[in-house]
Amino acid sequence: MSGYSIETTHLTRKFGAFTAVDGIDVKVAAGEVFGFLGANGAGKTTAIRMLCGLLVPTSGSGTVAGFDIIRESAQIRTRIGYMSQKFSLYPDLTVAQNLKLYGRLYGLGKADLKNRIQSMSDFLGLGPLLDKVTGELPWGWQQRLSLACANLHSPKILFLDEPTGSVDPVSRRNFWDLIHQLSGQGTTVFITSHYMDEVEYCHRLSIMIDGRIAAMGTPRALKTEHACASIHELFLKLMETNSLPATRSAP
Amino acid sequence: MVLAVDIRNLSKDHAGEKALRGLTVGVPEPCLFGIIGADGAGKSTLMTILATLWDADQGEAKVLGRDLRKDFQSLRRDIGYMPQRFSLYQDLSVMENLDFFADIFGVTGTLKAKRKKELLDFAALTPFTRRRAGQLSGGMKQKLALACTLVHEPKLLLLDEPTVGVDPVARRDFWIMLKSLRARGITLIVSTPYMDEAALCDELILLHEGSILARGKPSQLIAAYPYRLYRVDADADVPTLTYPASKAPPEGFTLIYPSSGALHAAEPKAEKRDPFNRLRASVPHSAAVTLIQPALEDCFFALLTGAGKSTQP
Repeated sequence: MSGYSIETTHLTRKFGAFTAVDGIDVKVAAGEVFGFLGANGAGKTTAIRMLCGLLVPTSGSGTVAGFDIIRESAQIRTRIGYMSQKFSLYPDLTVAQNLKLYGRLYGLGKADLKNRIQSMSDFLGLGPLLDKVTGELPWGWQQRLSLACANLHSPKILFLDEPTGSVDPVSRRNFWDLIHQLSGQGTTVFITSHYMDEVEYCHRLSIMIDGRIAAMGTPRALKTEHACASIHELFLKLMETNSLPATRSAP
Repeated sequence: MVLAVDIRNLSKDHAGEKALRGLTVGVPEPCLFGIIGADGAGKSTLMTILATLWDADQGEAKVLGRDLRKDFQSLRRDIGYMPQRFSLYQDLSVMENLDFFADIFGVTGTLKAKRKKELLDFAALTPFTRRRAGQLSGGMKQKLALACTLVHEPKLLLLDEPTVGVDPVARRDFWIMLKSLRARGITLIVSTPYMDEAALCDELILLHEGSILARGKPSQLIAAYPYRLYRVDADADVPTLTYPASKAPPEGFTLIYPSSGALHAAEPKAEKRDPFNRLRASVPHSAAVTLIQPALEDCFFALLTGAGKSTQP
């Protein structure tokens, strides 16, 4: 077993004649905040679905938390938390009911569930909101509740797919504070975002173009290597020099 | 000055909260007008009212010179509204979506054919007319949604966070489209969580808890920035600097937060002491400290956190 939280070798996924993910090699260490960037339709979501054991690769291999993504997806699922770009909670339930539902789905026992809900609501400041109807909370709070649900079973790895879309600058800053705290406690965070300012706070990041990884490294090393002042500038530069015409589509 | 939107004292309760509290604002015609604010500040409520889909509880609103409440039916022919969530039919093709919106607005015959051709060209979607909307990338979906809101040639466009989930290149292209619509004399009201987009607007309001906290051109908001701002860069030993939101700012500073790969630290202009020593004392691994000009994001932080206002989470 490798020492990495996430490790892929030539991971590839085709849909018919279309290659969504084209032989990517990624290694992410435990506790690392890894930014997985790319244009819309570059293949990020397809790659994440393979890592979570939701989609079988066409070729190549990978391990997540030490388990094989093809043969051991059941073990992987209990060790990861996943928060999607789309809100995945039940808007008609209260905050507490959503937490209980997720906890039970992840198989937490009664005593465990109570403790974890307590510690997650302390950590995320959800205490005063437990009896509120989820759908009536401001968006930033709903996203925070999503994070609490994804993290309830103490996963080793968190997959966060555009968690800060539509979140204002101050709330985003607070959200990233939480990400760094989780990372400090040893949780690996694999995150996508279209905000190029916030991804500067990843330990390392990759930029995916047309199914391939066009650049990977620490934000500082990438900026130095490509002589760019910011990751935003780097992203635009890579897209202009490497991208095929816009004929791809998200599967 | 002709006003595209003239709102006086508008109030609206939503989900048991005061979503808008006596809002008064005029939007000149034409204008690229931005709305920014924290989550739950009232941005979408305002958009929905202007789109004639909700009535305000109190106050008056004139849109394109007409009463928003009495003349809502005629106004709908002159307003294009793009809601926050993707509003197209995923199972219909690009062309079928355009047809659908044209039919709804009674655009027919040769006029319909001409408009569709122009809009497909404008949105760079001509090669994809037969692709189903659900199969488009995020950026292309938003361009199609914009094209659909333009099919009846509205004079006022309401766009509620149109670029959320859109990558940086597609986002740049989308704003080039908005700028060209503005140049044709259309008034656009756009809400956005992206401060780099807000900087492209002619004029902005910052909403906070249903009221206007600040208004002006981006350059005016930046000129009104009340602090002296420093950028603090990390030394070579750490990848980036972080500063927990829960920790008090360094001595003498009002604000400190991550921005553009560094920390931004703001102190009152009256502060006379050397900033470097105070920053070093509370920010481990800080290397260079540089005096910088604020950007709109810094104004957002100053207005929403500096005034003791809490935005959550």
